Amino acid sequence: MAEVNELVKTLTQKHGKERGSLLPILQGITEVQHSLSAEMMIEVAKELNISTAEVYGTASFYSFLDTEPRGEFVIRVCKTISCDMKGKKQIVKTLEDLLKIKVGETTHNKRFTLLETNCLGWCHKAPAMLINNEIYTDLDANKVKKIIRKYRSK
Amino acid sequence: MPQDSLKRVDFIFDKEYDCKSVLYDAFKLTRDEIVEEIIKSGLRGRGGAGFYTGVKWKFAKEEKAEDKVVICNADEGEPGTFKDRAILEEVPTKVLGGMALCGKVIGAKRGYIYLRGEYNYLKPKLEEEIEKFTDVLRNELNFDFTIKIFSGAGAYVCGEETALLNSMEGLRGEPRNKPPYPTHHGLFGKPTVVNNVETLVYAVMVFKIGADNFKNIGIQGSSGSKLFSVSGDTPKSGIYELEFGMKVSDFVEEFGDDDAKAVQVGGASGFCVPRKAFAKTTIGYQGKLKGNSLPTGGSMMIFNSSRSMYNVLHNYLEFFVEESCGQCVPCRIGTQQLLKGIEAIKKGKKSSEYLDNLLALAETMRLTSKCGLGQSVANSFSSIVENFKEEMIY
Repeated sequence: MAEVNELVKTLTQKHGKERGSLLPILQGITEVQHSLSAEMMIEVAKELNISTAEVYGTASFYSFLDTEPRGEFVIRVCKTISCDMKGKKQIVKTLEDLLKIKVGETTHNKRFTLLETNCLGWCHKAPAMLINNEIYTDLDANKVKKIIRKYRSK
Repeated sequence: MPQDSLKRVDFIFDKEYDCKSVLYDAFKLTRDEIVEEIIKSGLRGRGGAGFYTGVKWKFAKEEKAEDKVVICNADEGEPGTFKDRAILEEVPTKVLGGMALCGKVIGAKRGYIYLRGEYNYLKPKLEEEIEKFTDVLRNELNFDFTIKIFSGAGAYVCGEETALLNSMEGLRGEPRNKPPYPTHHGLFGKPTVVNNVETLVYAVMVFKIGADNFKNIGIQGSSGSKLFSVSGDTPKSGIYELEFGMKVSDFVEEFGDDDAKAVQVGGASGFCVPRKAFAKTTIGYQGKLKGNSLPTGGSMMIFNSSRSMYNVLHNYLEFFVEESCGQCVPCRIGTQQLLKGIEAIKKGKKSSEYLDNLLALAETMRLTSKCGLGQSVANSFSSIVENFKEEMIY
């Protein structure tokens, strides 16, 4: 609990306690904890003096703010039309085989979460995926294997 | 010989010109003169909706308020669009210049770039550029203007300007009722101008080349040029700056793979142009053009004969189901029912006549949805269903 307090305090000091600071604060927590736990949201609500439902309402609206536990590395494969046409299915299959999880799941060691997402803005270099804030484009099975190997050794 | 309507230009990514000196000259004019110049240029928003930029600035300028806000909308989420990312990566100072110019005109001292979460990797470099640029503004142009980046968190609907404002206020990114418009009641109630990344760059360009010259580029009613994001079945995918007024047939001639059966203009919320309509469809804001003219945020996706248009539409509808904010019933329920409907027809669970019901539903969504998201689902739905009916059924 002390840890929760400390992180929320640091973030409110940085961004302020106004309602307009809510999104930056939730993003800051996500960066450290990879997702928003119930106790985190309760603590944020207390600090900003708004109801917990308001915090959850905002958090649950945005696809980059997860209220379910996520791994250290969140993989988001673009599934919108250009990537879909250029072999997104193969990329997802490769990732599922490598990580032994399905889309929407997290590995047991809490390192990787595999998700699909909407247009990442790399249609001309499809297929594309994000791992946390890093973008990878022009993907094929081999490239994906190399990338995952790199993250495994991190 | 028919004249080729495809004219390539290079204004946006031209690194030669010095944004600072353009602003230096522009700042010698009065605020009224600046806004009149932008109005005269005929510049319209490059995000897709196409509102007159100068008029928007004038509305905000006329508001009496101590504190006003300029927002650069970099929540580029339309499928098939990736030009704003390239602009922010390659010529960020021009964007910041456009923001400063707008700030000067309307009397704002602060600006924000609403950067979509998917582009977080642009942040470090952009922050450096902002620091350098605001120093120049303060020390050399005598204009105190702060610019901050606000990160989005993965919501397509936040590209709609009032949803964007709600998002910045820490709320769910649900669009507001209009009026009041942001120029009157924007971020936390302050008069606010929200402009697309590309629009801001063109605002600076108007002062670089002059409003009259700007007006002469493109066609009547659609002044200037536009960045197009080209993807799909093309050997030349990428970003191209072209004059307004080009015919889809010329576009396909240049960018297609000789087998194009359809071009989706304007992304998932845009229109599908089938091969038979290539020659009579022009790219520009609707109005004085002959035949069909299509406004666009610049997304051009080419599909060749190997593609199933059912799959394309299915992909778009899945996109809308997920990205509908859920606030208004026509959009929330409509997107789901359109998706279920085409699946049922494909599987033979519904007869082909059911397509007419779905077309009527799409039309109802156009008329009754609260914001552009729900209203524009009918664009792609109707244009794909009407032109590729067999592919929907068999």
